[in-house]
Amino acid sequence: MRECAKAIKLSGADIVTVAVRRVNITDKKKPLLMDFIDPKKITYLPNTAGCFNSDEALRTLRLAREIGGWKLVKLEVLGDKKNLFPEMIETLKSTEILTREGFKVMVYCNDDPLMAKRLENVGAAAIMPLAAPIGSGLGIQNKVNIGIIRNQTRLPLIIDAGLGQASDATIAMELGCDGVLVNTAIAKAKKPFEMAEAFKNAVVAGRQSFLSGRIEKKLLGSASSPRKGII
Amino acid sequence: MKKKIKIKINGKLNIIDDKIKLSVLIQNLKVPLKKVAIELNKEIMDKKKLNKIYLKKDDKIEIVHFIGGG
Repeated sequence: MRECAKAIKLSGADIVTVAVRRVNITDKKKPLLMDFIDPKKITYLPNTAGCFNSDEALRTLRLAREIGGWKLVKLEVLGDKKNLFPEMIETLKSTEILTREGFKVMVYCNDDPLMAKRLENVGAAAIMPLAAPIGSGLGIQNKVNIGIIRNQTRLPLIIDAGLGQASDATIAMELGCDGVLVNTAIAKAKKPFEMAEAFKNAVVAGRQSFLSGRIEKKLLGSASSPRKGII
Repeated sequence: MKKKIKIKINGKLNIIDDKIKLSVLIQNLKVPLKKVAIELNKEIMDKKKLNKIYLKKDDKIEIVHFIGGG
């Protein structure tokens, strides 16, 4: 947990996702997450990782609210144990219920612009499409769809899952995303601390690049040095 | 001798004295109340009202907290 806290600090992350699990009541000496990561300094985002239907997800987030009074939550309802793809029908249903209960729901979803729109219509607080399957490290597979989702929504757009290296985060930010959610790419890197820092720099670079307005793509070459005065 | 009842805490069988309040059980378990949520038979409990609830035979209690994970 100490290492995790250090990596989070190096990455410059503002938000950390947390899972709701049973307290170990037989071994009370086990350290608690809150002893290492101060919820006053970094936003805890309770999430429903491991839930496979709406009921489980709702139960988890209602408990999370009871632990700390958080309204901002991450909804993740999985439908497929092999690829960990989101079950979008259950996700949509849960987003609507949770929003009605007063939660601000950041939603893990597919990179499908129509579904992203529907989530927005039922009150999602942020759209969080996958880049590729969770933990796959494949990077953004469908840049076109992410671009379309960016253009259609003013909600925060965060790439959640599937990034493999720092440059993947740059690509996400250059597409106009507002952030990235990363675990495996840093946690399982050979040097997690260095990778955490690389991701921070990558996000900053990507955002600056996006805001700077890239040049038009052309199929012909155009020289950057003037012809005048050529010898 | 005091009457005993069987309950489940986080999926494990526990034998406790009868007519015990939920607040007393939590105290005995030394769980930091501020950092957990408590469910009794799938119903989330208001942490301020635990002293109004007496445990019954076959009650199922879940005590959960946050761990790292995304």
